[in-house]
Amino acid sequence: MAGSYGSTLRYKNVERIKSIGKHTLLGASGEVSDFQEILRYLDELIIYDNMWDDGNSLGPKEVHNYLTRVMYNRRNKFDPLFNSLVVGGVKNGQKYLGMVGMIGTHYEDNHVATGFGNHLARPLMRAEWHEDMSFEEAVKLLEKCLLVLLYRDRSAINKFQIAKITEEGVTISEPYALKTFWGFLAFQNPTKGAEGSW
Amino acid sequence: MDPDLSAPHSMGTTIIGVTYDGGVVLGADSRTSTGMYVANRASDKITQLTDNVYVCRSGSAADSQILSDYVRYFLNQHTIQLGQPATVKVAANLVRLFSYQNKNMLQTGLIIGGWDKYEGGQIYSVPLGGTVLKQPFTIGGSGSSYLYGFFDQAWKDGMSKDEAEKLVVKAVSLAIARDGASGGVVRTVTINAEGVTRNFYSGNSLPLWHEELEPRNSMLDILLSGASPEPMSI
Repeated sequence: MAGSYGSTLRYKNVERIKSIGKHTLLGASGEVSDFQEILRYLDELIIYDNMWDDGNSLGPKEVHNYLTRVMYNRRNKFDPLFNSLVVGGVKNGQKYLGMVGMIGTHYEDNHVATGFGNHLARPLMRAEWHEDMSFEEAVKLLEKCLLVLLYRDRSAINKFQIAKITEEGVTISEPYALKTFWGFLAFQNPTKGAEGSW
Repeated sequence: MDPDLSAPHSMGTTIIGVTYDGGVVLGADSRTSTGMYVANRASDKITQLTDNVYVCRSGSAADSQILSDYVRYFLNQHTIQLGQPATVKVAANLVRLFSYQNKNMLQTGLIIGGWDKYEGGQIYSVPLGGTVLKQPFTIGGSGSSYLYGFFDQAWKDGMSKDEAEKLVVKAVSLAIARDGASGGVVRTVTINAEGVTRNFYSGNSLPLWHEELEPRNSMLDILLSGASPEPMSI
């Protein structure tokens, strides 16, 4: 939930997951102002779609495609939106999860991540994700990834939100913090016998 | 956004040294980063120079390590030749010599703290260019930017050992809360006539500041207990 200003952890309450329409969740990393602009674009998109009043509504696939076009076209104008986006949702029983980067790179997978998550979280998810996980298993896996990122990503803070979307609807959790572990014996006196090292 | 693994290891850091009535307390965080990646989350930035003099290192990890290695070596020789423990002032000036003469190549800020029988507890600040300044307390590293106001208000002369240590831990913990380049645990080293004591304050035992939350094992705990506030919606 952090909004950094260079290396300062300036804002500690930034909501980076928002719901779009009835069927989609959008998570963003990167520049907060650009994310807010993207939300405005999507607002307009959803409103115009609703105005048709035809019983149809935009689902995650459509939102993902729209965002891909937006990001790629901005990249072509050398004026990118500095975000990496995660788009997920359920429509008519069909699950969908995708990613769009700031240069328009996009793909769909069972597990996606942005930034450091690509290096630290995806290997964990590749090992432990399987079809038909329960909600609890999924949360545990996500929290495992979040903890590693909290330890190893400088821009992370100990404040998270987990969001869930099903056919029934959207739930975005209250912000919460995870317990960290510092009790390794080696952490107590790491330079014992090697004064001047780490 | 790729981790820049060839970026030099830097201890964007928070380091503090304070004198108290009878000795000094040195404090530091424990994060060493390579670009945006935390290479070491439990580093020890308070390094021994002699039995009675320690140094807090900040800036380039390599530069500060090699500098303190050289100073330790020469101080060791000096102690043998002198026949008694080196003074804190000598240690500080030796650090200054290396920092100043190599100022074009080094990028490290140091805080020297120790106790000797002539002048008791002393703190010397040796920032980037190789200045030496004796001070009742000093702060350094990237996280120190967030502590100037705090110390202006909280610093008092003639504190007890416990007060000084609590102040240092509180300060490092505040800096960790706002500086992305500082983090991990708080290490302190207290030096006085009796000797040297190392302490370790782990992430979970540090106080919570503005907008920080009580840590828990998992979100599932809140959900399953049922005694939770309503989940947020749009």
